[in-house]
Amino acid sequence: MNANQAAESNLLASNQQKELEDLPKDYPLSTSEDEGDKDEERKHQKLLESISSLNGKDRQKLADRSEASLKVSEFSVSSEGSGEKLVLSDLLEPVKTSSSLAAVKKQLNRVKSKKTVELPLHREEIERIHREVAFNKSSQILSKWDPVVLKNRQAEQLVFPLSKPQSAFAPIEHVVNGWKAGTPLEQEIFNLLHKNKQPVTDPLLTPVEKASLKAMSLEEVKMRRAELQRARALQSYYEARARREKRIKSKKYHRILKKGKAKQALKDFEKLQKVNPAAALEELEKLDKARMMERMSLKHQNSGKWAKSKAIMAKYDLEARQAMQEQLARNKELTQKVQIKANGLNPWMFRNHFIDAKEAEVQKDLEDPAEPEAQETSESEEEKAVVEEETLLKEFEERRSLRQKSELNHMAEPVHRRVTKDPSSQEVLSDLRALCQKLSTENHQSGKQELSSARTAQREEPAREEEEPMLLQRPERARTLDELEELGREGCVENEELPRTAVEGLQLEKNLSNHIGAPKEKKRKEQMIDLQNLLTTKSPSVKSLAVPTTVQELEDEEERDQRQIIKEAFAGDDVIRDFLKEKREAVEASKPKDLDLTLPGWGEWGGIGLKPSAKKRRRFLIKAPEGPPRKDKNLPNVIINEKRNTHAAAHQVQVLPHPFTHHQQFERTIQTPVGSTWNTQRAFQKLTMPKVVTKPGHIIKPIKAEDVGYRSSSRSDLSVIQRNPKRLSIRHKKHLENNCVD
Amino acid sequence: METVPEPGSNVPPKKDRLQTKKKKPRRYWEQETTGTAAGASPGPPRKRKRNRELRPQKPKKNDTSKKFRMSKKPRELKSPRPQRSLSGAQDPFAGPAPFSVEVVQKYCRIDKSKELPHPKTKTRSRLVVAEAQEEETSVRAARSELLLTEEPGFLEGEDGEDTAKIRQADIVEAVDIASAAKHFDLNLRQFGPYRLNYSRTGRHLAFGGRRGHVAALDWVTKKLMCEINVMEAVRDIRFLHSEALLAVAQNRWLHIYDNQGIELHCVRRCDRVTRLEFLPFHFLLATASETGFLTYLDVSVGKIVAALNARAGRLSVMTQNPYNAVIHLGHSNGTVSLWSPAMKEPLVKILCHRGGVRAVAVDSTGMHMATSGLDHQLKVFDLRGTFQPLSARTLPQGAGHLAFSQRGLLAAGMGDVVNIWAGQGKASPPSLEQPYLTHRLSGHVHGLQFCPYEDVLGVGHSGGITSMLVPGAAEPNFDGLESNPYRSRKQRQEWEVKALLEKVPAELICLDPRALAEVDVISLEQAKKERAERLGYDPDARTPFQPKPKQKGRSSTASLVKRKRKVMDQEHRDKIRQSLEQQLQKQEKAKPTGARPSALDRFVR
Repeated sequence: MNANQAAESNLLASNQQKELEDLPKDYPLSTSEDEGDKDEERKHQKLLESISSLNGKDRQKLADRSEASLKVSEFSVSSEGSGEKLVLSDLLEPVKTSSSLAAVKKQLNRVKSKKTVELPLHREEIERIHREVAFNKSSQILSKWDPVVLKNRQAEQLVFPLSKPQSAFAPIEHVVNGWKAGTPLEQEIFNLLHKNKQPVTDPLLTPVEKASLKAMSLEEVKMRRAELQRARALQSYYEARARREKRIKSKKYHRILKKGKAKQALKDFEKLQKVNPAAALEELEKLDKARMMERMSLKHQNSGKWAKSKAIMAKYDLEARQAMQEQLARNKELTQKVQIKANGLNPWMFRNHFIDAKEAEVQKDLEDPAEPEAQETSESEEEKAVVEEETLLKEFEERRSLRQKSELNHMAEPVHRRVTKDPSSQEVLSDLRALCQKLSTENHQSGKQELSSARTAQREEPAREEEEPMLLQRPERARTLDELEELGREGCVENEELPRTAVEGLQLEKNLSNHIGAPKEKKRKEQMIDLQNLLTTKSPSVKSLAVPTTVQELEDEEERDQRQIIKEAFAGDDVIRDFLKEKREAVEASKPKDLDLTLPGWGEWGGIGLKPSAKKRRRFLIKAPEGPPRKDKNLPNVIINEKRNTHAAAHQVQVLPHPFTHHQQFERTIQTPVGSTWNTQRAFQKLTMPKVVTKPGHIIKPIKAEDVGYRSSSRSDLSVIQRNPKRLSIRHKKHLENNCVD
Repeated sequence: METVPEPGSNVPPKKDRLQTKKKKPRRYWEQETTGTAAGASPGPPRKRKRNRELRPQKPKKNDTSKKFRMSKKPRELKSPRPQRSLSGAQDPFAGPAPFSVEVVQKYCRIDKSKELPHPKTKTRSRLVVAEAQEEETSVRAARSELLLTEEPGFLEGEDGEDTAKIRQADIVEAVDIASAAKHFDLNLRQFGPYRLNYSRTGRHLAFGGRRGHVAALDWVTKKLMCEINVMEAVRDIRFLHSEALLAVAQNRWLHIYDNQGIELHCVRRCDRVTRLEFLPFHFLLATASETGFLTYLDVSVGKIVAALNARAGRLSVMTQNPYNAVIHLGHSNGTVSLWSPAMKEPLVKILCHRGGVRAVAVDSTGMHMATSGLDHQLKVFDLRGTFQPLSARTLPQGAGHLAFSQRGLLAAGMGDVVNIWAGQGKASPPSLEQPYLTHRLSGHVHGLQFCPYEDVLGVGHSGGITSMLVPGAAEPNFDGLESNPYRSRKQRQEWEVKALLEKVPAELICLDPRALAEVDVISLEQAKKERAERLGYDPDARTPFQPKPKQKGRSSTASLVKRKRKVMDQEHRDKIRQSLEQQLQKQEKAKPTGARPSALDRFVR
């Protein structure tokens, strides 16, 4: 920038110089004009001098110019005598001021203001400046080509020599459409056709025929017009009415209107419900949505600006209070859930009830004949009302739990059993309830909880005891299920194998835990279980129509025997254990090894039988970074080789090509196969299209501005200048200077 | 001078000029607007009309690029505006041909669900181009499905009828003569149980009996190509890339014969071969031997590419995965190992059975593997990364031989019975609930193979060869350039040259062939690191934040430092936040180690 400015200023200076040079040509000094005024002037001068000479000091200096001075020389102008410096402007100044010289003066002044004329710049520097300016200009010009270059770079294919883009493939008929009648005969024919409005292209119907086809009868037109008029009038009426209504400010009116609308809507809805239930449902959904929106929004919650202002007023103003309440009511109404007809009872309640009943039934089944009365009562009471039933059920449950407790007690301490078992009648039982509960709680909680009173215990009991039966029942149920399963699967060989394998697994697990350690035990166990499951899946056997003859011959028992034989045959080689061992080895082998840098004997005693201390070993052990998780980490039955296939890797791309910054981006561009095996012929041709096509036998000229739609500019010849700046013609120089100045 | 009126040109005759000012007169060559609605609102429709008329004149640049954009809904058959032509005829199917999006999806290979790191503009343009190309090619492929004229057939029982009850005789009776001729039996009781192999085109059949009988024939025309007795036990037989070459695993060595029964080679480096497998795209003959070696022989150059020791004793169960050319070996310890010639160790080892593995088969999509073991189980495994069994079934007598058809039917030979199971579609695993077909043979099964491009299952057994009809087994459409059953000798020779030119190097065999289209990240990182070391700095590293100088006295050193610090702190905070999140994730992952937690756990003692 600085250099540029300097250049400009420099050029400016040279300009001014030029102007100076020009001056003498334009304004030649003429002395002859002043001759007439000479005498007067001289007198005046003398007067002035005499006046000035009154001062004593200056009198000596006064020199008379009557004689030729010795000092007069042709080389210098002596200013002696005048007593003041010669000013250039004075020289130029005519005796009488003339307006024609003002301009010159001004110019002179301007020149004067510049203290000294700077030296012209160094040649090299000038050249550099020229180069810079030229570079800027030309790069600006060239930047116009950027989009063209970009387009060409991104183009799928370039065909040289560049030709105009071919118009899209058009059917012959469209091409013919643009055909013009050339010969006079053709012109005449078309003239005729046009004059008579005969079809040129479509030979089917003349316009008259078409018009006649389309024409309506007069009456029809009239009717239609009337209809349209009516519709327009109606529309205007409605509009006017709506406008009028909008302008009404009465609140009461609007309220009534709103209510009316609401009523109407309700009625409509009911009607709709009868006529079209689906639409009504949709309507309901809309309402629900409105409710949701309302719930989401803060509308009608007395939180807006208006509501706040009203809240202030509400203390004194009844109306404001009402308005607020109204808003709240509206909110409530909107946020209320649309009632879909539910089955009376709360579903939760319903379920509870149901479960209770079920439990009671289960209880019934399990009930031992010791307490028939209780059973009876429960049965009879179940038929009563719901509320009653619930309470009764609770009571019943209590009783049941109590009995179970007692059983438990009996298992724990036979003494208690006697106490609980003996009283068979219900009355006694109820009397003893408190005692029993106390006992049971003591049993369970070992005196942790103090029983302040029997009542509190009674109240607490049911809650606790509801859990109790579950805990007790659980193992029982499981047992029965197991039994059932066993019963069902008795014949199956797999089932017989299962326990064995399980035991094996457990043993194995133990071994493993010994090997690996406690924390890994759980994990290993899981894996083991998985593997076992994998290999001992219950796969249903095929009931084939055609059973192989050898098998068919066997009877069922024999078949079983055979299976037994097979099983025994494989009993020796434990496939799973071998596999697991192999896998473990593979995992170990693939793990990065830790580096141990301990030197025995450094910093402590060394020798045979002495090992470096654990601390030291820990200190000098460099742990290898943990690699990525193995692919078969969660696949117990698989060993996947993690080694890199170097042979295949040699064929892979190893360097990212230029514009891509991430390998995934590049991968995406090479994912589609190019070969003809995977593509249709056309697609293959397009995919393997050469980037540049040159037509043989054609001259490929450089691209021109006209080719890409630019008009050629005169400035484009700057490139010539740039190439050899020494041979600048004057015209070019001036041109360049102009460019630089502005 | 009068010209032929152009649709868009606005040159009315002079006398009409006054009229035009009020309302433009409608020309008969202009399209009439339909309905009276135009009369009610004359504004917008006219505009639309003009647009419509102008359209054909300008070159439709947008249209060409839009041609292959997939719309969510299937294309409508009728284009919105049929173009009027000179003759008045209209194109009833204007616009590009329709295609269904589902079919296109099948050919799409770019997984767009994967999130890419944010690309720069230059990169983005490349990505856009790639995606457009993919879409275009897949649309083209979907369109060309029109050329697949044949449809797969299937057996369908009448309601309640079990298709497995339908016997071969019934099928043969029902089908046309040409198809019925494909069911035949060869009674060859003399030379023991037979192994058989169809050529890749499905036209030729080669079989070898245990007692040395080797024959090859064009089984469709039943024209015998050669018949010899090699006077040695034949373990396995296989066609090489074409029907002209035949590899026979004999008792001692591997021999190669041509289609006239002339012995061409005796490969002594492959001895005591039990099973043969030919990888057609790699020209590799894989041999599994009694000595426990898996040997790859490149038949195009006659070199042994790799000899791998499986370290699992005698190898007698082998199959190939047609999808990725990986060899599956079944072992006596219940495992199946997957091999590639590039690796000395198995790629994957799967524990499949409690007993030894008796047979393995992989379907043509490479997704499912069926195995049967000595524990009488038949299992179908998922091969897509998890290697877990999808379904299992206990058979009365374990299957000794398994084969998948081109369309995913699974055949199992058990003793003298062949069972066939079918799945829902092509890519679905066969459901082992109900057999699709069953057939009893005159001898014990010794070899099974579905014939390519024919609904035929060839079974080699102790009583000879049986070719049975299995409707819906094979691909109905064949690729004439790839494997043409009707090709002439010249065509075959030409194909041979092309196939040899396109031979895939053996080292490219890996589990996921699409991984080859990925960048080798490890060496990429390595190169980056080396470069950074060489240069002394990382050229790709992000330059540290340098605050820009600000004007009006706000660029004091203190404020610059402050700004720098601010940015640094922000980055630091981000880092901490990330690490915290990772820790949390780790903890969460670590937590559910036990079985699925349940609310009832608190009751467990």
